[in-house]
Amino acid sequence: MIELRGVGYSYGGGNLLSGLDLELTPGSFHFLTGPSGAGKTTLLKLCYGDLKPTAGAVTIDGRDSRRMDRDGLARMRRRIGVVHQDCQFIDHLSIHENVALPLTVAGRDVAVEAANLEQLLGWVGLSRRANALPPELSGGERQRAALARAIIMDPDVIIADEPTGNIDWDMSKRLLSLLAELNRMGKTVLVATHDLALIRAAKAQVTARVLRLAGGTLSAGTEL
Amino acid sequence: MRRLQALLDAMWGDRQADRVVPPTGHTVWLTVLTSGAMAFLAVFALALSLATGRLAERWGDSLAQASTIRVSAPAEQADAQVEAVMAILVTTPGIADARALDPAEQAALLEPWLGPDLPLDTIPLPRLIEVTSDGSLDAEGLRLRLTAEVPGAVYDDHTRWREPLVAAADRLRALGWTALALIAGTLAAMVTLAAQSALAANRQVIRVLRLVGARDVYVARAFTRRFTLRAALGATLGAASGGLAVAFLPAADAAGGFLTGLGFQGAGWLLLPLIPIFAGGVAFLATRSAAFRALARFE
Ligand SMILES: Nc1ncnc2c1ncn2[C@@H]1O[C@H](COP(=O)(O)OP(=O)(O)O)[C@@H](O)[C@H]1O
Ligand SMILES: [Mg+2]
Repeated sequence: MIELRGVGYSYGGGNLLSGLDLELTPGSFHFLTGPSGAGKTTLLKLCYGDLKPTAGAVTIDGRDSRRMDRDGLARMRRRIGVVHQDCQFIDHLSIHENVALPLTVAGRDVAVEAANLEQLLGWVGLSRRANALPPELSGGERQRAALARAIIMDPDVIIADEPTGNIDWDMSKRLLSLLAELNRMGKTVLVATHDLALIRAAKAQVTARVLRLAGGTLSAGTEL
Repeated sequence: MRRLQALLDAMWGDRQADRVVPPTGHTVWLTVLTSGAMAFLAVFALALSLATGRLAERWGDSLAQASTIRVSAPAEQADAQVEAVMAILVTTPGIADARALDPAEQAALLEPWLGPDLPLDTIPLPRLIEVTSDGSLDAEGLRLRLTAEVPGAVYDDHTRWREPLVAAADRLRALGWTALALIAGTLAAMVTLAAQSALAANRQVIRVLRLVGARDVYVARAFTRRFTLRAALGATLGAASGGLAVAFLPAADAAGGFLTGLGFQGAGWLLLPLIPIFAGGVAFLATRSAAFRALARFE
């Protein structure tokens, strides 16, 4: 699915990441941990093509991310669902429209998918908030809306960046079980988090590998 | 047909793409207003270009073949001299038509300048003969023959005063087209600035659209649609008011010469609806290139 070989990245100063090797196989579940500022977000961005490696190569679905043109990148993004650290909504559109946005921009008929959309909003517990605007939602609701948007296109890979960053424990567990359920449906999942309690809680639900990012390199993960 | 449909789609975009960009309030009207003002000016530049074009053509064509022979002689000899000139003209090759103007026609020619009440018959006027050549007339030969045989006759080729007029009309026409080009350029610049400010104000929207898999054309369309429509709307209003202003220009009478020509004739009016279409096209291209330049800053 996604493969990193000898990947390094630098924002211009020193090397933030170097010599990373990683393979996300279909149906796998990975946690990415590490101290704040270690480069977790950067690594995830490399995985979904938002950043291009400054050394080594990232292959997404067999294609080198550096050789992807802008339209290719857009098409690739429809097959990888991403929950961004800061959610990234369009604030004047309702949650309903925001969640449907990937369908809209892909030129799919949202009316045809209306039933799917309702079901998905129900699944993340946002049916009653569908017409609210993103700024009106709580942190947890925003994260769940972001997750719904990430999977509306039925992607093979789901990448979540600190999805439980600023929400309470109950909500975190709820989000985790949503991700675990997606993994059981066969989706490849990669979650960045510095919340070790969350990783321990996942133990009961999924088989996951834990990758630790520190000092610019990945250390071998422990199997949960 | 399919390609036309695709082109129209690209210009109008779709409503949904339009909705993802928040409406921008009063700046909308700035684009409409600018486009309207430019279209209004374009109507006059267009009218000027067309009118001077017609003028140059008329002077160039009809007068190229025309010349005048002026016969100055005492009243009792005038008729004889005119007849002598006519006799020469009949035997001159290259003359398509020759006609002596009668005194009433001459009076009509002078009336706009001297007024209707002047007793023209008491003033010794030269007699005029209007000559139309078929293009092969040897003007110099005719002039020499006239000097030799009818001393009171002067051959007056119109080229002398026609040429500077035609040159002036051509220059005016060129200025008209230049003005049109400047107007189009100004509109493009204004729309580019407006689009750039809209693009800058919507950085977050553009970023989100790209993140969820929107192609560049989709994002660009969200902006081109509204600027194309605004420019076309403004230009429709501007061209309509410009057209009305031209249509209701006070009519100058025949003596006005140049001024009567200013305006649109027949099919010329059909150019007016082209102004909004052209303005929409200019706005579309300006917005599209601004959008693609802005998009290059987002992955
Ligand atoms: N766009 C950027 N330009 C320059 N430096 C950046 C940029 N984004 C992140 N960084 C730096 O890279 C480091 C890693 O950031 P990040 O990947 O967000 O870490 P994490 O997600 O693990 O907290 C930080 O020191 C951060 O300041
Ligand atoms: Mg981060």
